[in-house]
Amino acid sequence: MTAITDRQQLAYIAGQAADARVNVEVETEGMTLNIGPQHPATHGTLRIIARLDGEQVVSVDPVMGYMHRGYEKLTEVRSYPQVTTLVNRIDWLGSFANEVPFILAAEKLMGVEAPPRAQWIRTVLFELSRVANVILFLGDMGVQLGALTPVFYAFRDREHVLNQIEAATGGRFHPNFDRIGGLKDDLPKGWIAETRAVMVKVRSFCDEMEDLLMGSEIFEARCRGVGVIPPDVGLAYGLSGANIRASGVDWDLRRDGDTPLVWNEVDWKVWTHPDGDSFARYWVRLQETREASKIVDQLLDGIPSGPIMAKVPRIIKVPEGEAWVSTENPLGEMGYYVVSKGDTGPFRVKIRSASFNNISILPWVLRGVYVPDIITIMASLYFILGDIDR
Amino acid sequence: MLVVVVIVPTAALIFGYVFLFKMMSHMQSRLGPMEAGPHGTLQLLADGVKFLQKEDVFPDQADRRVFALAPLVVMMGTFLLFAVIPAGPDLVIESLDTGVFFALAATSISVIGVLMAGWASANKYSLLGGLRAAGQLIAYELPLVFAVIGVVIQAGSLNLQTIVTAQADGAIFGFDLVGLPYVVPQIIGFVIFMIAAQAELTQTPFDMPVAESEVVGGYHVEYTGFRFLFFFLAEFGTAFALAAVGATLFLGGWGLPNVDLDAGWMNLVGPAVLFAKIMLLAFIIFWVRFSYPRFREDQLQKFAWKWLVQLALLNILLTGLFKVVF
Repeated sequence: MTAITDRQQLAYIAGQAADARVNVEVETEGMTLNIGPQHPATHGTLRIIARLDGEQVVSVDPVMGYMHRGYEKLTEVRSYPQVTTLVNRIDWLGSFANEVPFILAAEKLMGVEAPPRAQWIRTVLFELSRVANVILFLGDMGVQLGALTPVFYAFRDREHVLNQIEAATGGRFHPNFDRIGGLKDDLPKGWIAETRAVMVKVRSFCDEMEDLLMGSEIFEARCRGVGVIPPDVGLAYGLSGANIRASGVDWDLRRDGDTPLVWNEVDWKVWTHPDGDSFARYWVRLQETREASKIVDQLLDGIPSGPIMAKVPRIIKVPEGEAWVSTENPLGEMGYYVVSKGDTGPFRVKIRSASFNNISILPWVLRGVYVPDIITIMASLYFILGDIDR
Repeated sequence: MLVVVVIVPTAALIFGYVFLFKMMSHMQSRLGPMEAGPHGTLQLLADGVKFLQKEDVFPDQADRRVFALAPLVVMMGTFLLFAVIPAGPDLVIESLDTGVFFALAATSISVIGVLMAGWASANKYSLLGGLRAAGQLIAYELPLVFAVIGVVIQAGSLNLQTIVTAQADGAIFGFDLVGLPYVVPQIIGFVIFMIAAQAELTQTPFDMPVAESEVVGGYHVEYTGFRFLFFFLAEFGTAFALAAVGATLFLGGWGLPNVDLDAGWMNLVGPAVLFAKIMLLAFIIFWVRFSYPRFREDQLQKFAWKWLVQLALLNILLTGLFKVVF
């Protein structure tokens, strides 16, 4: 694997450096540039030590862990219901999508299944948090490339989505709405109609981004062919989600995974793009946001009636065993490996979150690019720092 | 005289700032700048007070004197420009015979300030930003000057006042209702001028020297408080100054067609006319700024050398030919 990837990388650098051949003749002094931990393009406390030759990157070294919060360890001293409050803080932009797989893992261990109505509502909220998360990426990509306007539109429209999440769960960022065996509450009155209206706004936001950002020649010039990740390299580095779909790998856990959530009940499509560059990653996420709004629309039509909680004991004790549940989170594959020794809390939890693997490719993909391309590539790989430093 | 020295630049700064701030807020659905005062009109005052309160910080390794002087040098070019821009038949500080030359020279002073700031800050981001600014200025000064040469050839003068009167008196193929604003025959020159001005101002899509997402503000990353405000105002001020040059060269300046340009009352109306035209061009400059992402440094250089310079030379050739033939 290594030999192939290096050869491909060399070919890629050669293509990139075709215009910069002058660098070969002029001996220049190298410079080390510290990007982060406090840098607007790192979305938080990621630090990248870049060794530059002029404006070209020789090598990069990502440093992380500045905000490590020890979640895996903390879960060992909490009871199962308490863990949900922790895990929905991992990726703070799509928090509902973080608590669902953990609850599913606990339910799997207990042999409990939530009633259909709860599963439908979970899926709807899951997709809403995906929309709320990815909308911010769609605008933020503009900021990283120097266009400030899209992010304000993103904040404006994310607000509507967050309002819906708040109306249903009571929390805007940290819903903590899932319970083992179901949900905390039923949907409020009139929520379905309002959500439908919001989904229309989401789609019009996607159209806006298509006109304002993706349609711009400068955006194409900055993104096409920048940060190309071939599918085999991407898989070798453990990329998942939209990042790997943008390299042409048709893999989506909503369709291919086995969770009791109800994506398979509705009609939707997994988007892929063959190019694997920054533009493809943006394109795939834009299409996915549209698709997610369509999924929500269809799911809202078919929410079954019935209870929202299964019968579970008041004090939850999970029988001995191990369970692994992963779902397609906004950022990619997120999974929980829960080990139980029969207590009220987990014995050990291993969290596999998407961002950590998605950015582990940075040193490979950033070799030989220009300084502005670092930002483009990091923005298009899209990570949440909390999702990296757990 | 007083009008030109004080009122035009100051009004351009204050009204322009408020107007463009509002424009920006509406374009971007920003809520913050709508809060202070009626419809957010007091935001400028609030910003000023905020900047005054901040601590005046010098980086440890900075070259203190150069660091402190840089914002003033950047500001200087802006105010020098207004010295040759006529705002009425008598309202001009120095009606230089080489007015166009002076104006273009004054715009490039600011880059010295930018380089000073970039070097003296003792910060790698500043250094990158400063060097980018230098490279960009060299690349775009040329098309800017070439774009203006077409106007100079057509008017037959380097004096800005003469250029204004020539545009008001002219006629397009015997049709003299709107005079002959050079934006019509010099449309290529006008477009190149606006693009080069955008680059000169380091505005999006040519804002790599400040590029807050890559080099975090570039040359002014280490500046705080009032010194930063100087850079900030210089950016706005230079936008108006270049818009004023553009309005004078291409839109007929303070003059109106079919009006006696020597009449005394034009000294009152002239500044208003000029101001309106400045605002129109500034609106375009800022509109572009809020709509586009940023180029990469190499793409920008390619664009300047491969396209703009060639196009500008072609424009000069065509203007010369037409001048000789007609």
